[in-house]
Amino acid sequence: MSAIIESPASPEPAAAPVADAGDLQATTSAWKLTLREFLKNKMAVAGVAILVFFVLFCWLGPVFYHSNQETTDLLNTDGAPGPGHPLGTDSNGFDIIGRIMLGGQTSLWIGFAAAVIATVIGTLWGAVAGLLGGLVDATLMRVVDILLALPFLLVVLIISQRYGANTWGLIIILGVFSWLVPARLIRGEVLTLKMRDFVSAARVMGGTNSRLIFRHLIPNAMGTVIVNITFQIADAILALAALGYLNFGVRYPNTDWGSQLGDAQSNLSNGYWWEVFPVGIALVLVVMAFNFIGDGLRDAVDVRLRKR
Amino acid sequence: MAGYLIRRLATAILVVFGIILVTFLMLHIIAPSPAITVLGPKAQPAAIKAWNHANGFDKPWWDQFATYVGHLFQGNLGWSYHLNQPVTSLLTEKAPLSVFLTVASLVLSIAVALPLGIYQGVKRNSFGDISATSLAMIFYSMPTFIVALLLVQVFALNLNWVSPNVPQDQTLSGALGSFQDLLMPIVALTVTAVASFSRYQRSAALDVLAQDYIKVARAKGLSDRLVYSRHLVRNASLPMITLIGLSLPLLIAGNLLVEYTFNINGLGLLFVNSLQGYDYNVLMAYTLITAVLTVIGNLVADVCLTLSDPRIKLV
Repeated sequence: MSAIIESPASPEPAAAPVADAGDLQATTSAWKLTLREFLKNKMAVAGVAILVFFVLFCWLGPVFYHSNQETTDLLNTDGAPGPGHPLGTDSNGFDIIGRIMLGGQTSLWIGFAAAVIATVIGTLWGAVAGLLGGLVDATLMRVVDILLALPFLLVVLIISQRYGANTWGLIIILGVFSWLVPARLIRGEVLTLKMRDFVSAARVMGGTNSRLIFRHLIPNAMGTVIVNITFQIADAILALAALGYLNFGVRYPNTDWGSQLGDAQSNLSNGYWWEVFPVGIALVLVVMAFNFIGDGLRDAVDVRLRKR
Repeated sequence: MAGYLIRRLATAILVVFGIILVTFLMLHIIAPSPAITVLGPKAQPAAIKAWNHANGFDKPWWDQFATYVGHLFQGNLGWSYHLNQPVTSLLTEKAPLSVFLTVASLVLSIAVALPLGIYQGVKRNSFGDISATSLAMIFYSMPTFIVALLLVQVFALNLNWVSPNVPQDQTLSGALGSFQDLLMPIVALTVTAVASFSRYQRSAALDVLAQDYIKVARAKGLSDRLVYSRHLVRNASLPMITLIGLSLPLLIAGNLLVEYTFNINGLGLLFVNSLQGYDYNVLMAYTLITAVLTVIGNLVADVCLTLSDPRIKLV
């Protein structure tokens, strides 16, 4: 949901770059510097660890932890945690741990794919607007203004009601409606980049606009793009969770974390906490991990830019 | 300033027109006619055709769009074919509860986030700051409905402080009668908003503290209390204005999820219920109102910012 409000600029200047300012090895590439700076950030590294854990848990977990996720088990519905089902069963008798693994696959994949689509559209849109300027820029950015004023959740709900309910439908819906923030970011970046000498040089050598965009502008804006994509994934996972919660997620036999929360919601007052909180914690941890990684990457990219 | 305002207004009107067009087209493509809703699922194609013709749903889309815009100018938001009443009366009936929830939680979250963020900036890296930042990080990553479910579990089911049900009164005055029960929806919305507001407020406070005028104020011997109250708080509160202007879509989304969770009879729940049958005049009206309010919110925030900060020149 924070797609509307960009995450706040990191309040503290990332760890002072002074320490190894004299250390000018010719071999240290910009990306290595970024990586080194990123690894100094404990929260970001913790985020990567959480993420790796959940990816392994969701995709490799079912290989080791077998549970029936195809047929309902009506004799064992809403079972409390106990032998056979360490975290209990849900209202269809599915094992909760297995359910979280299955739902995690969907939620993570949809979040990732939607973020990639949004970032690709946004990057191209912003780069074209920034590079061409003038009337093209004005038109493209007014379109962004209009779409940005539309309430994201409401629009996505309306469209999901008709075209959602399957993985690719949701990926496309979420992706197509969340490219606006990256478009603005990249346009801003391109506006400053296109004044730089290397772009002018490429242009006088006869570089076409598409060459400028793909060979010069986008590669140089890659830092911003990558930082943005991590926040975009977090937002897409949250948006998908809201859709699923409101019953507009993927359909049976598939499941996603939001749908599980939505199904379990009314069972909370019956005392079936295990249907709500384990999957809730998984969702929050994953989103938090992406936010940590995004914060860390942004600081690291900032440092790189300052050193250059 | 006047020139700037006129240009901003012109853009805003253009954007609002664009919003109406996009929303209309979106719904027109998804659900071209409410005939089935009105005539029932077993309606004969001939009957549907006749109904469409009688109600103008067989005209080209631009014609229907023109009619819709014409009605909008008369304050007519159309007819809810599902609930069989004018959308305007539906909205005025449901709005008070939603507006109350949103405004109450917005006011509360500003009242908490503003001092909290400034405290965090002043006492940077203290125990209090670090715990507040960590909590904000957790709640920032938590969807509103998980916050709501967590509150229900802890305060209603475990501690029994409040009832897990909210009043099912249709009206605001009725709901206010058992105000205690509206507490959890409001707190759930507030917690989410504070988590994102306080992060901004903290960085705004840090930015201000690094300014030269703070050093000057300290150098001339002002006490900490005066430096903070006269220089820090005023300057660091400015970004909050922009933030409030921008936060409307976020508030509306939170409101919808909370109303759904607690079954509050407001606009958000109306929207979710209208989705099932593409009650599209309702869907369109709510989307439009939210979008227009967002545009106005941004505009008002910009103007307020200029009025409160003479350094900002709009050209």
